[in-house]
Amino acid sequence: MSSTGTTTNGSRAFAGPTASKATRVVGLMALAGIALLLPLALLWSPPEIDQADAVRLFYVHVPSATVALYLAFGVTCLGSLIYLRNQSVFWDLMAHASAEIGVVFCGFVLITGMLWGRPTWGVYWEWDPRITSTAITLILYLGYLALRRMDLDPTVRSKRAAFLGIISFCNLFIIKYSVEWWRGLHQGQTIGIDTQLDGLMLFTFAWGMVTFVLIFAWLLMHRFRLGWLELQATTTSLDDAIAARRAESPQLTGEGL
Amino acid sequence: MHWEFVIPGYLIVFGGIGAYTWTVLSRARSAAARVPEDRRTFLD
Amino acid sequence: MSGSSLLGDALLVFGKDLRIERSSKVVLSQVLPFALMILILFGFGISPDIRVPIGADGSRSVLAQVTPGLIFLAILFSSLLALGRSFGVEADDGTLDALRLAGLDPGGIFIGKAAAVLVQLLSVGSIVTLGAFLLFDTGVDWTWGRAVLLVTTLGAATAGIASAGTIYSALAAGLRVRDTLVPLLVIPVLAPVLLGAGQAADAALFGAVADGWPWVGALAIFALLYIGVGILSFDSLLEDA
Repeated sequence: MSSTGTTTNGSRAFAGPTASKATRVVGLMALAGIALLLPLALLWSPPEIDQADAVRLFYVHVPSATVALYLAFGVTCLGSLIYLRNQSVFWDLMAHASAEIGVVFCGFVLITGMLWGRPTWGVYWEWDPRITSTAITLILYLGYLALRRMDLDPTVRSKRAAFLGIISFCNLFIIKYSVEWWRGLHQGQTIGIDTQLDGLMLFTFAWGMVTFVLIFAWLLMHRFRLGWLELQATTTSLDDAIAARRAESPQLTGEGL
Repeated sequence: MHWEFVIPGYLIVFGGIGAYTWTVLSRARSAAARVPEDRRTFLD
Repeated sequence: MSGSSLLGDALLVFGKDLRIERSSKVVLSQVLPFALMILILFGFGISPDIRVPIGADGSRSVLAQVTPGLIFLAILFSSLLALGRSFGVEADDGTLDALRLAGLDPGGIFIGKAAAVLVQLLSVGSIVTLGAFLLFDTGVDWTWGRAVLLVTTLGAATAGIASAGTIYSALAAGLRVRDTLVPLLVIPVLAPVLLGAGQAADAALFGAVADGWPWVGALAIFALLYIGVGILSFDSLLEDA
C-alpha cells in the first residue's frame, strides 16, 4: 500500500503497517540479542557435567517460561484490571495481545521441557510439577483465547475476558502450588533443575532472559497494533454499511414519492 | 552429547517465533487494507 | 436493590432450581445414570484383573487402588452436565434477565444457583461413591475417622466444583457454544480440586487419616475463595448475559 510521506520507510515495507520507531529499536535489539544468544548457547558455553549439551535447552526453556507465565500473563492480568476500572480500549487490546503471545511461549516451554526431559530423565514426560502445571496453564489460557473469539457484543466480551484474565492469573498460582504440593509427596528433589551455573553459563542464561523479554516486547507491540487495526477494520466496515444505507435512503424516498 | 534434542528444540523455538511473527504481520497487512489511510492511526 | 437480602434471594433461587429438578428430574434420570456409566467404563479402561501387592502378602486390584481418583473424576464429569443444565434452564427462557429485573441480589442468585448445583452433585456424588465401592470391590478398614474424612472431602470438593463451575458457566452464558466452552474453561481450574480430593480420599480409604486433612483444608479454601469471587462478581457477569 502507498503510505503518506512521513510513514514511508524501509522497515514499514518489510514489517508492515504495525511497525513504528519503537518496534524498530526494540526489534533490532532483539535481533542483536538472538545473534549473540545462539553462539553463546550453542557453541561458546560449556556442556554441563550431568546433562551434557542438554543444558543448552535451558537457555531458551527458562526464559520462555518466565516470559509466558509471569510477564505475558501478568500483563494480561494487569490490562484486565485496568480495563475493568476505566474501560480502556488500549488495555483491553493489550491484555488480549499479551495472552496470545503467552500461549505461544507456553508451548515453547512444554516442547523444550520435554526435549530436555528425554535425555535427562529418560522420558519425555516425568510429571515434574513445573512442566505439569505449565501444561494446565496452557489449557487455561487457550480457554481465555477461546472466549475472546466468541461472537458476542464487543463490550460484553471484553468485560468477561477481563474478568477471566484476572482469575486465570490467580488460578495459575493455585494450580502451580497444588501440583507442587502433590508431587512433593511422591518424589524428592527433582534432579537436574537446580544445577549450579557458573561463569559463562550464568551469563548465557541472563542473556537469554534479556533477549526473550525483548522478543516479547517486540511481538507485543506488533500484536497490539494488529488488534487495533482489526478493531478499526470492524468499525470501518460498520460505518461504511451505515453510510451506504444513508446514501440509499434519499434515492428511495425520491423515487418512491 | 544430546544434540539430537537440543537442535530440534532451538529450531522449534526460533522457528515458532518466526512463524508467529509472520502470522501477526500478514494479518496486520490484510487488516490494514480494510482500514482507510486516515484511520490507520494508533493509540500508543 | 434495597430491601432484598442476599440469603433470602439465594434461598428463592435455590428453591426454584430444586423445584425445576423435582418436576423435570433431569439430574436424577440423566446425570446420575451417566455418572454410573462412567464408573463401569473405568472398569473397562482399567482392567479389574490387574493387581498390585500391598503389605506383606496381600494384594488389591489396581481398580480398587485408584478408587479415590475415579470417584472424583466421575463427579467432575457429571458436574459439567449438571452445570450445563443449571444454566440451560435460565438461558432457554431468558429467566436470568427476569431474575435480575425482579430486583434479586446478584450475589444471592449466585449462591442460590451454586447451592442447587451443590445439592445435586452431592446426591450424585454419594451414589457414585457407594457405587465405586461396590463395583471396584474397594475393601476399606472403616473407622469413624476414615468415614468423617471421606464425607468432608466429598462436601468440600463438591462445594469447590459447584462454586467455581457456576462462575464459569455464567461467563459463557448466552453463547451458542456454551456447552463446549464451559468444559474448556472450567476443567483446568478444577484440576487442583481433583488433585486435592483424590489425595484426601486416598488418605481416607487407604492411608493415614491425618494426611488427608491438610488437603481438605486446601479444598475448603478453594471453595470459599470462589464463593467470595462469585458473590462479588456475579453482578457484572450477569449484566449482559
